[in-house]
Amino acid sequence: MSNKSDKLVLGGHEFNSRFILGSGKYNLNLIKAAVEQGGAEIITLALRRANTSPKENILDYIPKGVTLLPNTSGARNAKEAVRIARLSREMGCGDFVKVEIMHDSKYLLPDNYETVKCIEILAKEGFVVLPYMYPDLNAARDMQNAGAAAIMPLASPIGSNRGLATKDFIQILIDEIDLPIIVDAGIGKPSQACEAMEMGAAAIMANTAIATAGDVPAMAGAFRQAIEAGRTAYLTGMGRVLTRGGSASDPLTGFLR
Amino acid sequence: MELKQMNEENQVYFVDSDQLPPEVLARKHALESDPSVRSDHMKYLADMEIIDSDVKDRVLQAMDEFDYNSYTAADVERALSHETCSVEDFKALLSPAAAPYLEQMARRAEAETRRHFGNTVYLFTPLYIANYCQNYCVYCGFNCYNNINRKKLSMEEIEHEMQVIASTGMEEILILTGESRKYSDVTYIGEAVKIARKYFRNIGIEIYPVNTDEYAYLHECGVDYVTVFQETYNPTHYETLHLLGHKRVWPYRFDAQERALRAGMRGVAFSALLGLDDFRKDALATALHVYLLQRRYPHAEFSLSCPRLRPIVNNDKINPRDVGEKELCQVLCAYRIFLPYVGITVSSRESKEFRDGITKICATKVSAGVSTGIGDHEAKYTGKEDTDTGDEQFEIDDNRSFDRMYQDLEDGGLQPVLNDYIYV
Repeated sequence: MSNKSDKLVLGGHEFNSRFILGSGKYNLNLIKAAVEQGGAEIITLALRRANTSPKENILDYIPKGVTLLPNTSGARNAKEAVRIARLSREMGCGDFVKVEIMHDSKYLLPDNYETVKCIEILAKEGFVVLPYMYPDLNAARDMQNAGAAAIMPLASPIGSNRGLATKDFIQILIDEIDLPIIVDAGIGKPSQACEAMEMGAAAIMANTAIATAGDVPAMAGAFRQAIEAGRTAYLTGMGRVLTRGGSASDPLTGFLR
Repeated sequence: MELKQMNEENQVYFVDSDQLPPEVLARKHALESDPSVRSDHMKYLADMEIIDSDVKDRVLQAMDEFDYNSYTAADVERALSHETCSVEDFKALLSPAAAPYLEQMARRAEAETRRHFGNTVYLFTPLYIANYCQNYCVYCGFNCYNNINRKKLSMEEIEHEMQVIASTGMEEILILTGESRKYSDVTYIGEAVKIARKYFRNIGIEIYPVNTDEYAYLHECGVDYVTVFQETYNPTHYETLHLLGHKRVWPYRFDAQERALRAGMRGVAFSALLGLDDFRKDALATALHVYLLQRRYPHAEFSLSCPRLRPIVNNDKINPRDVGEKELCQVLCAYRIFLPYVGITVSSRESKEFRDGITKICATKVSAGVSTGIGDHEAKYTGKEDTDTGDEQFEIDDNRSFDRMYQDLEDGGLQPVLNDYIYV
């Protein structure tokens, strides 16, 4: 299995890296570490937090060759998210957009219903729409039908570093949806990123886990290795697991002639 | 003997009748021996609806790529230990390498069945209302060249048959016809369904494939479940077995379930007739047909059957070839592990011993009180003489009555279920 041919494809664009840097905690060192040690080719940008003044223009931090993924963070409904997406395109941030709609400020859980509405509009306008969502199969199907380029379920509440709290439901999305499933939010350790990749996730988005680590560049490297290991394990086909103990009952197939 | 050379593989199926006029016999022989007189089996006829769907192409591609001899024991062991059975895992389970793992597959299949269905097994009975057919499918007792008693029940006869069946306690019925639009048109079937609504709580049909608007009409009449068997998913071989008639059109038949779902049907059933072609490839195609449609129509119910070839009237040489009971069990266990949520029906073509064993592993639906003849339920149920009946489509093996089947299921620790659905 050659990993060189194993690309992440989003809306017709190919990427070699399966690590996407999130936008939660942002500074130059983090972006540098994510790109250099983490190998990230996609970096999220919260448009409403983009400071475009000459003093500290965040766009200046984004290295060449890295795809910018603006998000609609701060939008409380589909209408606001659509407006933010259009603004980001006007500003030259490209066609990618990560839709994030929250009208809950305590847990910051995404609003699946408004997200579907937003995807319907943006996909028609030619955006590569990547929706952040709560892992619900029916909502994911609606998002796929609305034209999403990937589905981005949360692993646990954003910024919590609590890992794959929604593991079983993310697995259902991986099994049932014909789009890349990118696990977004809540991944706190490289081992959790690896586990999600072993399950068949297409990519991992993380930010806080790296931003709050003791050594940011070293942790970015650890995530890269974990994500690559999980991907390779998934592609290879996970090994068998032997169950302990035997079964004493009569054979089920004894009746066959 | 020129004929034998040209189509040796199908020889077992060809039976001539001395009742056929010479020109008809000549036509039959021409169809059997000369592919150039046969129509293009991939071309839709004028009245056939074409829907926009890529499922056919995806199934054909997967079938084409399936090299079942490339799988090893290690692939099978990995497949059995995975919590979710992927398409690749399913292929390994269908492969010859899985044969020594049949007992482990049965254990896993049993666990999946109990998880999704508990210990319930549904009971139903088929009712053939006509055996006229305009197709020449060489293995089928109803084929238009076969010299059998033909019959189409009148509405009075249908009602009588239904009363006889309903009096046993049966609540679900599957209405079947031979595939003849001329003798058994959609309105005739619709009227039969309306009568069935008086006696049964759940009605399925197994008739010739129709267009979406016709499925919608039948759904309004009371049909909820549509069964269409593709027989074999290999179009090249299909062409050599279905020599004449609308059934010859392979892609129209393939899309039947999708049209039925678009028409609002609650569920659809699928099958290949195992033994016609390479059974491993047909099993893969059947399951993928379900798998891909389920992703597109996630609200729908799906079920699979697994018939093997049986002897027919005027030809007792037809047999399931290389699909023995062990191979059939392997296919059914693989189906269950790959598609834990689908219903699996095992027909009375199989023996009592096989059906009793397989319901403990993975089958969730069995028929009882079965006749594949026309208008002979009263004779079969009560012993009353009736000479005005139509011949059977194939010979059954397990002829247990409804009462007997119910009792046997209970004695085997299973819970017989007569209906689990209400019309709303």
